[in-house]
Amino acid sequence: MTDLTQDMGEGASGPARPANSIFAQDARTKRRNAAERRFRMYGVIALGIGLVFLVALLFAIVRNGTPAFTQTFIHLPVELSEAKLDKNGNRDIEQIKKVSTFGYKPLIEDAVARALEENGIASPFEDAGDLTDLISSAAAAQIRDLVIANPDMIGETVEFRVLAASRVDGYFKGRVTRESLARDKNLDAEHLDVADALKDAGVIEREFNWDFILGADASESRPEQAGIGVAMLGSFFMMLVVLLLSLPIGVAASIYLEEFAPQNKFTDLIEVNISNLAAVPSIVFGILGLAVFIQFANLPQSAPLVGGLVLTLMTLPTIIISTRASLKAVPPSIRDAALGVGASKMQSVFHHVLPLAMPGILTGTIIGLAQALGETAPLLLIGMVGYIASNYPDGIASGFLDPNSAMPAQIYEWAKRADPAYYERAWGGIIILLVFLMTMNIIAIILRRRFERRW
Amino acid sequence: MSATLTLLIILALGALGYLAGRARAMSSAGGDGRKLHSLPGYYGYNAMLSALIPGLALLALWLIAQPVFIENRVETLIPETAYEDAGGLSLIMSDVRRVAEGLDVAVESGALSPEEARDLEAGTDDLRARLGDVGVALGSDVSAETLAAAQRYRALDRIGDWARTAIVLLAAIAGLGLALQRTHRDLRARNSVERVIKGLLITAACIAILTTLGIVLSLIFNTIEFFRLYPAAEFFFGTTWSPSFGGGSELGILPLFWGTFYISLIALLVAVPIGLMAAIYLSEYATPRVRSFAKPMLEVLAGIPTIVYGLFALLTVGPILVAIFGDGGILGVGWMRGGTAVMTAGLVMGIMLIPFVSSLSDDIINSVPQAMRDGSYGLGATKSETIRQVILPAALPGIVGAILLAASRAIGETMIVVLGAGAAARLSLNPFEAMTTVTAKIVSQLTGDADFASPEALVAFALGMTLFVITLCLNIFALWIVRRYREQYE
Repeated sequence: MTDLTQDMGEGASGPARPANSIFAQDARTKRRNAAERRFRMYGVIALGIGLVFLVALLFAIVRNGTPAFTQTFIHLPVELSEAKLDKNGNRDIEQIKKVSTFGYKPLIEDAVARALEENGIASPFEDAGDLTDLISSAAAAQIRDLVIANPDMIGETVEFRVLAASRVDGYFKGRVTRESLARDKNLDAEHLDVADALKDAGVIEREFNWDFILGADASESRPEQAGIGVAMLGSFFMMLVVLLLSLPIGVAASIYLEEFAPQNKFTDLIEVNISNLAAVPSIVFGILGLAVFIQFANLPQSAPLVGGLVLTLMTLPTIIISTRASLKAVPPSIRDAALGVGASKMQSVFHHVLPLAMPGILTGTIIGLAQALGETAPLLLIGMVGYIASNYPDGIASGFLDPNSAMPAQIYEWAKRADPAYYERAWGGIIILLVFLMTMNIIAIILRRRFERRW
Repeated sequence: MSATLTLLIILALGALGYLAGRARAMSSAGGDGRKLHSLPGYYGYNAMLSALIPGLALLALWLIAQPVFIENRVETLIPETAYEDAGGLSLIMSDVRRVAEGLDVAVESGALSPEEARDLEAGTDDLRARLGDVGVALGSDVSAETLAAAQRYRALDRIGDWARTAIVLLAAIAGLGLALQRTHRDLRARNSVERVIKGLLITAACIAILTTLGIVLSLIFNTIEFFRLYPAAEFFFGTTWSPSFGGGSELGILPLFWGTFYISLIALLVAVPIGLMAAIYLSEYATPRVRSFAKPMLEVLAGIPTIVYGLFALLTVGPILVAIFGDGGILGVGWMRGGTAVMTAGLVMGIMLIPFVSSLSDDIINSVPQAMRDGSYGLGATKSETIRQVILPAALPGIVGAILLAASRAIGETMIVVLGAGAAARLSLNPFEAMTTVTAKIVSQLTGDADFASPEALVAFALGMTLFVITLCLNIFALWIVRRYREQYE
């Protein structure tokens, strides 16, 4: 438009009219319009990059994580030979227990050899023991547990579904190749030939692996057996602590600050503290938990209770901030009406303002909990990593007090282990964690949509 | 009587108090609720609180104080020749506690009669084996002094438990009685109940102060302890970081600082242009449909836990960068040796910060008054000229504040650097080399079986203190800028 006025000015001053009309753009307008388009393009590119990163991240998670949900299993009829498991033949449970997992090895060897024979596959090994490398070392314990639970089965031939060794599983998932096995001392290319043949025969199958979702962590050498179930329970107990403490404390603190607090130095001090705590790095809360709860108060290390306490302190500012916002959104007329019919200040808040603010408070709490569920750094300092979370808690007290892991801590633990098979577990764990977070956030959104009132 | 049982009795007394208080108030008004000062329930709550507060407060205090008191008394029984320093004494005391607890367990499970437990002798009875039978494992055989101390411990504990039960219950009953006696139709029951509730609300609000206090105290005490073992000047100005738990470690913070700074810088170089431009596009150009789709999508990035970003850095971005910049990579430059590097962590951290920068900038750009835009358009400026010459200068303080907040996030971020940046502390300019940060070293010094009294573990607290102070200053400064700016247009 500036050009237009300029043109007209020049036109009025003399007969030397510029060649261009207002309908054709001059060079300067073109430049400015190009700059405008460029600038707009930068915006689109920036937004695009952000979204591409999101897609890349989600793609990496889904692609790397989904294999963790299936696992290669071998279906083997194992003869529970009486001569090996119960020499005296009197089914005495104490004597059966004396046979260690090592004593079950020959049974598995026989079973594999028979499976090969039945399917007409020639064994490339002279020693039958070499074939058991195809099978996870967890298989012997699995068979032993079943025998100890049902001693009557001894002497029968029972069909078992045992885990394939992690390398074999990796081969079928494309993680392990024949070239990479050249440097591997656990497995040879011949093993893979046998595995391929067994797969064709239907003895080896890839099936959905519930044990990954519900099972316990396993030692470093048995990634095929590791599951996230125990850590999930640890997270559950931690979230219970966080919910039970941070919701009442957060709501009480917000009510005080929003409805009762006088304008003075003390209130300012509390407000400054809350807004600063919201921005303190989470690792500092871990240091606090270590120094105060573990060193000073002597609470047990690695316990979900301590983790829950630390996460409570971390979540409180989030919950207080969102609760105050929803209390503030309740219009003053509600309070005035309550006071007008003779309610006390306390009654007006608890009977009228709080119920109306509840949907907003719950939404904020769920989002705060979701944040706490994904938090890792403070848990590292209070000792929720560095060991194998293999025991399910056997009761509520033990759930709170016994050493356990949490989902993000378990993922970190797996990411730290040397075997690449654990990376797949870590990605799989992330999928489970994100499913939980997504569910919580969707619940929060639904709550907000459904109950939010516009005044 | 156990503490749990006492607690249950107090709670029962409280419930009883509610019913009695309510009934008494009603009868004082002749059954006519209108003559009461408060609603009948408040008289009940008043009586209930009068029983609960003294009872629960005393119980809590006693539970904390009794062990301390008993330990002090029992410690005098242990001859000073039996230990060398405070650590030795605390080891003996924990033995004493275990033996005492073990004897209690044995009596409870019936393995020992109470008399037998009292008359045990260290030399003749094989205490360790007998306690082992009931499931209490002892590290060594029990000496005569330990046993004597344990017996004294048990005796004092028993007396303490009885005294606790008696006094706590008496206090609760006295409070209840007093409240019931005062319960009358003119008693301002609601006012006193509301005073108590308000007290609870204030206590809840004070937890924020207590948390800050807890953080500051736990950092300060351990930092002082660290500086007693290691000179402060060498910590702040040392250029080598090589902790060794055997002793002779050099704990200079400068390499960690450099790593933190370098990674944060790269993260900001990624996040600020992208985040800012995305915010400008979303708030000034985008149609409502694009905005309602793209804004939540960007915010999904903010909701993803940092461990996910850490894993993404370690297993996806690191290998990709090596494939480009590493030996035999696409560019063939061979700058990068391993997947963990400053670049890896910085890039991923930048992705994490994009939504943070964009949503803060979005708010700030939106709060620039529409009149300023209209004025600029009226003078003939294009949209981009308006943005560059009017909106951004007006929003600049707020945007600087947002960038500072993002920087404080980047400095305090832990999981991405623990997994993506490597573990080697070095001062180098090459962004493709592995470096480490303050937060990563806090984790590595405090996890594992470190001895918490050694300077190598205590240094983590000094690092935490530095981190806390830096992020606090950045936050306060940023909030100050943002707040100052906001006031200009309101």
